[in-house]
Formats: sequence, structure tokens, C-alpha cells
Amino acid sequence: MPTIRVQEADFDIAAEIAAVRAGDPKIGAVASFIGLCRDVNDGEQVAAMTLEHYPGMTESAIRAIVEEAGQRWKVPHITVIHRVGTLRPLDQIVLVIAAGGHRGEVFAACEFVMDYLKTRAPFWKKEQTARGARWVEARRSDDEAAARWNGETE
Amino acid sequence: MLTVRYFARLREDLGRAGETLELPAQVTDIRGLRALLAARGEPWAHALQGDRAVRAAVNLEMARDATVLKDGDEVAFFPPVTGG
Repeated sequence: MPTIRVQEADFDIAAEIAAVRAGDPKIGAVASFIGLCRDVNDGEQVAAMTLEHYPGMTESAIRAIVEEAGQRWKVPHITVIHRVGTLRPLDQIVLVIAAGGHRGEVFAACEFVMDYLKTRAPFWKKEQTARGARWVEARRSDDEAAARWNGETE
Repeated sequence: MLTVRYFARLREDLGRAGETLELPAQVTDIRGLRALLAARGEPWAHALQGDRAVRAAVNLEMARDATVLKDGDEVAFFPPVTGG
């Protein structure tokens, strides 16, 4: 069963992995990814960022990504937690956990979920810099990272 | 009636998070709705048909220009996503 949460609160990776593993002796591999708020982006100091989302659509978009991962790999447990609201450098932004029988599948599923989340889940970042606030621009490299899962080439 | 929602830069540029409007008979898809809204002049024209990419969703799913609209739909316009 997937765990999908969009929340302002921070998360604890140890607690989330423990919850995924609890009572399931068939899990032999757990891969995880954490995205963090940095203090610099595109050459400017970032004091804070605000993450906006589309309640309802964001959760269903993540659910669709997780379901697609489940069709591609044998990964019975996937957790996605994404924070919204105001975040500062050093803060955690996003957590993806993939758990299953073998490492190859959970590594792939974890990376796939992150790549698709970057291009398909409705979140928008606004950064506070010394020169004022600015919306983060989508990166072409993120589109390319997502496209490679379909064997697409730009 | 159609519910239209705006997010992120579009919400700021348009000064509103959403609106409801009656769908004119000649507007049948996302492309038509964008043109209808852009025809209001600024800031609509720049926000919806300017240089920057604009994405759309219909009933919480990503949509294309050719996605057909019907009465009661919830449409959203927003910039390319930047989460993660």
C-alpha cells in the first residue's frame, strides 16, 4: 500500500522506513531519496522558499506516478511525502521510499518516482532572495530525466 | 458553469485564485478557453498567451490544448511544475 502525504510538517525518515518495513519479512531492500532546501540557486543566495500546490490534484498525480511505478517494478511499498509552505535552507522538502524484494527494483522505482514527480506533480517553488522573490523556472534537464524512462530522446 | 483556477505565477499576475464563468457555445476546448480569457486584454493576454509556457488541467488531470471542456468542469492554468 502506498503512503502519500502532502504536509507542512517535517518528516522523520527512520520512522517512515520503520513503518514501511513493519511486519513484512518479504522486504529485502529499501531505497530512499530526500530532497533538501539549498541556500543557493542559479547563482543567488536563497533565504527561504514557499511551496504551493494544487490540493486534490497533487495527491492524485502522485498516486498515478506511484501506480505506474508499481506496474513497472515489483515494489510493494512506496512512500511519498512532500512538504508545502515556507521552507528554509537545510529543511527537508521531499521523501521517497521504495521497498521490495531486491535492490535493483527499489533503486529504479525510487528514481522513477522522483523524476516523474519533478515534471508531473503540481508543486511550484517561489524563492526569497536578496533581490526579492522569484518563481523557480522549470528545468529542461528535469523533462529529459523523466523522458528517459520511456526511451524518449529530446 | 465552469470553475477556473489559477496557481503560482498566474495567480499573482492575474490577481485572483479563480473564478466561475459561463462557457460560451463556441468554446469547446482548452485552446478556446485560453483564447477567450486572453481576449480580455492585459494582464490576461500576457499571462495566458505570452512567452512563458502555461500548463492546464481539467478535473485534476493534466490536459492538452485539445482537451474538450463541458459544463461543470474544473479547469486550472499554471506554470510548468517545479516541485521535488
